Amino acid sequence: MWLVFKKEIKELLRDRKTLFFMIALPLLIFPLIFGIVGFVSKQAIDKAETQVLNYALVGGQYAPDIVKELQQPDKFNLIEIAENADYTSVIRNDTVDFVLQIPENYSSEVLKNGQANVKLHFNDAGLNLVYRRVNEIVKSQSELFQQSAFSSLGLDEAQQNALIEPIVLEKVNTADDRENWGEKIGGMLPYLLFIICLTGAMAPATDIGAGEKERGTLETLLISPIDRNKIVMGKFLTIAFAGTMTAMITVASMVIWGLVLSQGMAIKFVADFMAQIAMLDFLLIFLMLVPVVAIFAAVLLSISIYAKSFKEAQSYMGPMTILVIVPIMLALLPGVELKGGWAWVPITNVSLAMKELVKGTMDYYQLFAIFGSTVIIAGALFAFCVYWFNQEKVLFR
Amino acid sequence: MIEIKQLAKKFAVENPKKLSEQEKKDPRLKGRFFHSVQDVSFTCQKGQVLGLLGPNGAGKTTTLRMLSTALKPDGGSVEIDGDNVLTNPVIARKKIGFLSGSTGLYGRLTGRENIHYFGQLHGMSEESIASRIKELADLLDMHNFLDRRSENFSTGMKQKTAIARAVVHSPELVILDEPTTGLDIMATQTVLEFIRGLKEQGTPVIFSTHHLDEVEELCDKVTVIDQGCTMFDGDIASFKALAEGSLHQSFMAAIQSTTSE
Repeated sequence: MWLVFKKEIKELLRDRKTLFFMIALPLLIFPLIFGIVGFVSKQAIDKAETQVLNYALVGGQYAPDIVKELQQPDKFNLIEIAENADYTSVIRNDTVDFVLQIPENYSSEVLKNGQANVKLHFNDAGLNLVYRRVNEIVKSQSELFQQSAFSSLGLDEAQQNALIEPIVLEKVNTADDRENWGEKIGGMLPYLLFIICLTGAMAPATDIGAGEKERGTLETLLISPIDRNKIVMGKFLTIAFAGTMTAMITVASMVIWGLVLSQGMAIKFVADFMAQIAMLDFLLIFLMLVPVVAIFAAVLLSISIYAKSFKEAQSYMGPMTILVIVPIMLALLPGVELKGGWAWVPITNVSLAMKELVKGTMDYYQLFAIFGSTVIIAGALFAFCVYWFNQEKVLFR
Repeated sequence: MIEIKQLAKKFAVENPKKLSEQEKKDPRLKGRFFHSVQDVSFTCQKGQVLGLLGPNGAGKTTTLRMLSTALKPDGGSVEIDGDNVLTNPVIARKKIGFLSGSTGLYGRLTGRENIHYFGQLHGMSEESIASRIKELADLLDMHNFLDRRSENFSTGMKQKTAIARAVVHSPELVILDEPTTGLDIMATQTVLEFIRGLKEQGTPVIFSTHHLDEVEELCDKVTVIDQGCTMFDGDIASFKALAEGSLHQSFMAAIQSTTSE
């Protein structure tokens, strides 16, 4: 068994293509992609913020203050449009970026004239900061009006606050930081780990089953005096090992890059957050991967040995990724918790457990259910693999 | 000595509609099963070389696969020195060296590693593997490429490595499925020399081929298979006596008896 395993690993390590997917991709490409995406989006937001916006003003005579605020040539540029122009079309043909429509009743005499409804016409599809930039100006005016109204009524500050918001509903979060962030980060973790595990295991799996069949080495291997289940076990271990390694390399690379890229505050936050998670929990998170990887490896090996060729194996494995996402998504649904029946649903239970471990609210008794159910399933799948490897119609298809 | 009696093998036909016209006309197709091998019997004594002849699709490869325990026969028996191959496949595998027609090598391993791996699978010790590889490399003239990755080998190099791999455990019986197909003249010669060497050592060899000159050169016995049945089984002299003139005519005469039936 170890013979087969050793040889498969040796072969795997000499395969540049597979190694690229296993190591180079998570180590370099992912941070690079994230870096580029981050850089480009920052550029886009900066551009939206500093861009000079063309605007048209209707009823400007009612609000001289706003007109004055808009007279900043490095930010806004006034364009005259026809009196009865269709706002939508002038915005669509890029004559202006926005049209600001000020009603007749706009005045600082709020108590007398009532609420003023200022309309901002602009195209809100896509990334733009028009609303935010105009709102800055309007809001400051609005606050000024409020102030003057309050002072004319002769209210003190406490009364003013009470009037603005008579009842406040304050959120007191009993969850500590760890639980709060754990819910978010822990929910994402299985997505990442499982999918990477799966993709990392796929390349060697194709090579080990369908690849051997395609190259004609399988028949020779099968007639060597070694038990079929040892061959299966060796191959199975190779796939599982490759998957786990890929996942670990990825996580390590993310942690390292995360520490490198994030600066100042973020490092402290990450460090604090990590410090709260006990070593045992970290260990358990990786232990959780073992049964899942076992399931993956058994399924992938069965597919791979059934397929006639590399190509066929790859097209069968494609949908696997989607199938794996479903149980992970179930784990993110509200009400799905790590107890009762859900603790027995494979993959879902591990996703839930990972979340709980990160949050620090793990019920350790559920580990029995998790390992129990996954071991049963992985064992059954493995047994199927062995059975499959003894079927002539599978091997000599 | 090897004794094969009334070997039979059928394959389930998954989708009868997909079969070609020619396959549908084949009398071996019965209902949902294709009786690839129906009745094959032959024997091979120690030190004999047996040539297995037959048209494409006659069942040669299936027969050899059953001999090598890769496939399980539905009927008949295979005995090597009294050991039943079918009930004791693992013992049989140690005794047989099999080279399949469609064999390949692990491309990312060197020639030496390929042979070494199978030596290990046969449970050989490191020293005996090393000395055996040296011996085989001398015999097959493969020293100059033994430590290169096998993915860049020529067909001849690959075949030599594959043969060395098949016999690394010094088997008592060597089965070769079309060992010379697709090789150049020099590589073919090496393979034939190798078979001759085995014969001199007293190791029986069963090999299938389409080249009758090889049969004439090497074989003591000839077995002709057509449509899954043994059509002829005897020594080379009686095979020659089947017809006047060349071995080709003898072969045709052996096949004729089916078509005329």
